Amino acid sequence: MIGIVGYGSYLPRFRIRADDIARQWGRDPETVKRGLLLKEKTVPGPDEDTITISVEAARNALKRADIEPGEIGSLYIGSESHPYAVKPSGTVVAEVLGITPEVHIADYEFACKAGTEAMFVAYSQVKAELVKYAMAIGADTSQGAPGDALEFSASAGGSAFIFGREKVIAEVIDTYSYATDTADFWRREGAFYPLHGGRFTGAPAYFKHILGAGRAILKKSNLKPEDFKYAVFHMPNGKFPLSAGKRLGFKREQLEPGWIVPTMGNTYSGSSPTGFSATLDIAKPGDLILLVSFGSGAGSDAFIFKVTERIEQVRDRAQKVQEMLSREPIYLDYGQYAKFRGKIIMNE
Amino acid sequence: MRDVYIIGVGMTKFGELWGKSLRQIFVEAALSAIDDAGVDHIESMYVGAMTTGLFVGQEHIGALMADYLGSAPVPAVRVESACCSGGMALRMGFFEVASGNSNIVLVGGVEKMTDGADVTAALATAADQEYEVYQGVTFPGLYALIARAHIARFGTTRKQLAAVSVKNHHNGSLNPNAQFQNEVTLDQVINATLVADPLTILDSSPVSDGAACAILVSEEVMKKAKRPAVKIIGSGAATDYLALHQRDDITVLNAVKRSAERAYKMAGIGPEKIDFAEVHDCFSIAELCIVEELGFVEKGKGGPFIEAGNTALDGKIPVNSSGGLKAKGHPVGATGIAQVFEVVEQLRGNADKRQLKDVHIGLTQNMGGSGASSVVHIFKLAE
Amino acid sequence: MPTPRYTREIPQRYRLEANKCKNCGRISFPPRQICPHCGGRNFERTRLSDQGKIVTFTTIRVAPTQYSSQVPYSIAIVELNEGVRITTQVVDCKPEDLGVGKPVKIVFRKMYPEGKTGIICYGYKAVLV
Repeated sequence: MIGIVGYGSYLPRFRIRADDIARQWGRDPETVKRGLLLKEKTVPGPDEDTITISVEAARNALKRADIEPGEIGSLYIGSESHPYAVKPSGTVVAEVLGITPEVHIADYEFACKAGTEAMFVAYSQVKAELVKYAMAIGADTSQGAPGDALEFSASAGGSAFIFGREKVIAEVIDTYSYATDTADFWRREGAFYPLHGGRFTGAPAYFKHILGAGRAILKKSNLKPEDFKYAVFHMPNGKFPLSAGKRLGFKREQLEPGWIVPTMGNTYSGSSPTGFSATLDIAKPGDLILLVSFGSGAGSDAFIFKVTERIEQVRDRAQKVQEMLSREPIYLDYGQYAKFRGKIIMNE
Repeated sequence: MRDVYIIGVGMTKFGELWGKSLRQIFVEAALSAIDDAGVDHIESMYVGAMTTGLFVGQEHIGALMADYLGSAPVPAVRVESACCSGGMALRMGFFEVASGNSNIVLVGGVEKMTDGADVTAALATAADQEYEVYQGVTFPGLYALIARAHIARFGTTRKQLAAVSVKNHHNGSLNPNAQFQNEVTLDQVINATLVADPLTILDSSPVSDGAACAILVSEEVMKKAKRPAVKIIGSGAATDYLALHQRDDITVLNAVKRSAERAYKMAGIGPEKIDFAEVHDCFSIAELCIVEELGFVEKGKGGPFIEAGNTALDGKIPVNSSGGLKAKGHPVGATGIAQVFEVVEQLRGNADKRQLKDVHIGLTQNMGGSGASSVVHIFKLAE
Repeated sequence: MPTPRYTREIPQRYRLEANKCKNCGRISFPPRQICPHCGGRNFERTRLSDQGKIVTFTTIRVAPTQYSSQVPYSIAIVELNEGVRITTQVVDCKPEDLGVGKPVKIVFRKMYPEGKTGIICYGYKAVLV
């Protein structure tokens, strides 16, 4: 059996409310919240980035896995906010975890799909019997241009998953990937904020790929939506994943546990992985879970997991996603948020 | 060891000396000390300075100062022990005369802090770069950590800390060389801008420029000079863990305690014989701890002792009659020698409006970093 | 910070690696070549725990340039479970939340970036439990 042997997430304590962002740009808060189904989002502390978020998520995953960290043979981090353009995030995380130097490390980037991409490769490494355990992390301190619709969603957080053959808590039943070249959202080298194609990010991008991957993996695995207890779809806002789930034939209650975007925001590469982590927090042995990511550019990775008995033993060893979302958030006003996110022009 | 005497002292006014350079202020203080001593040459020099490299980009200042003082080719070396560089320079000069190697030695201290360097960062180099400064700690921060521990352990009050600054500003108001010659009130100190809680800007010594020098001589030279001389009867120095967090008791400045014990032992006297002292009040809490470590009061009782006026000009043991680092100013490398200037002036009866009555034995205590090095000297008016 | 100096301290900054004296059992952090308690010169490597409590604390309001954008930030001397003390920032809280004896957990955080183009320096900080 190959699957996940440990999982963990991390979300910063800071938040900004959608109302405060809307007011800053002269938009009606109620219209924005209704349109995007977003209430607030996480904000990284001034001393947090993809690397520090990855470390805390990885530590939580290790708490839930009964393995020696040194047995991790691969470490992959997917993010679109790696702190360095050149110099890996993974090496820092590996040093903190104490798993150097016998480890294969890679940083991935594929917009919001980079996290599941890391999961896909970690799973493949274990399946190919190249390593005993492989860790995959999806984490981001997402960028959204001031005043842009993305500013209401772009948030910070991430999740880590350790894949292996022993002590599995969620078996990988099937995988599927779907990709085309679609310029719906991008950020050029050296650009501070991403750009996007407005409504072009919907039907030809998000929905085409999510639905394409979702339908294909259901067909491939010969499963129907009603066979699943839960499903998690990438969450660029509150509406898209609900709509995608509905069009694939899933009911709202199947999506609910992983639909954390209204209070978390879109943690980009950490979005669907953290929705999946929140789902594992409440799943029962035998439950089937569908996970479909989406990364602009564009592509989707789909996974089907089957939860094992073991999950009951390990899930209380680390903080759960809902606990992280509810533990005394520290709310920022727009000025503090702009300072934290480096949006104020400063002298060197 | 031979007896060592001071026959001349000199200092610049302390403050923001915008028009004067590092070398100018040193030479000004050195000439003033040389003239006061009435000597026509010196045989050796020790210059205390903490970090002229960071403050003005200039190292090798032993040679530079000998050169600009017109004293080359005398041997000259810079002595560094953070904020007690000056006191340590005095100790080096003391040993050079005591050993018989030289008969006339100039010891000085200098710092030029207002030339645009990042002063907070430069001063922080005296703390552990890797394990204190890397975490974002500053010197006010380190002393604030001591203050909070002292408050928690001994019940020291915010008002008692402020009393140190009020006293020192009063004394500074009587000292024409002081950077600040204004009085402050307890309320002003307590309600001033916080620098590192609970310490405010008025608990903290300022950023200053300044220099001070003294001429140390052998008995033979002293007798020929026919000037009022002060004898150095004790010298002690000590060190402690550099990082504050490594010390078993954060409220104890062990280097101060040990350096004082050694100076008392050399002088053959105890703290009860000391008539007045100039101590390293870089922050109010520092003076409070130091009066405890010097043995003027029991450990933990410094707060009430100071609050009751025991360290005022008319108190039991006047401390920092010059205004201390707080009011006189704290050009770090110069401070240790400026303390000597005050003690010599007081013993010779030249302290004018702040002249202490009936004083015979004075003490200086100069400290580096958060107390990882300390040097104490004891002085007596020569018969 | 020059990268050789940064790289050298990684075991301490990232993993709290310390030396335990084989003679007296006392732990030195950072590792030393000679035990300050007994003079012992033989050690074994150990990793400090991520749990401790505040011994004393302050809030820095005037900082060196590289930290100036972070003011006010809190600093504490924290005693870890092994009895070893470290100086560390306490983050994700307000200055008034700190107190002597309060329990903290050590986390991994960014310390400061070296300007816009230099290395990013990481290390340990504490959060209130």
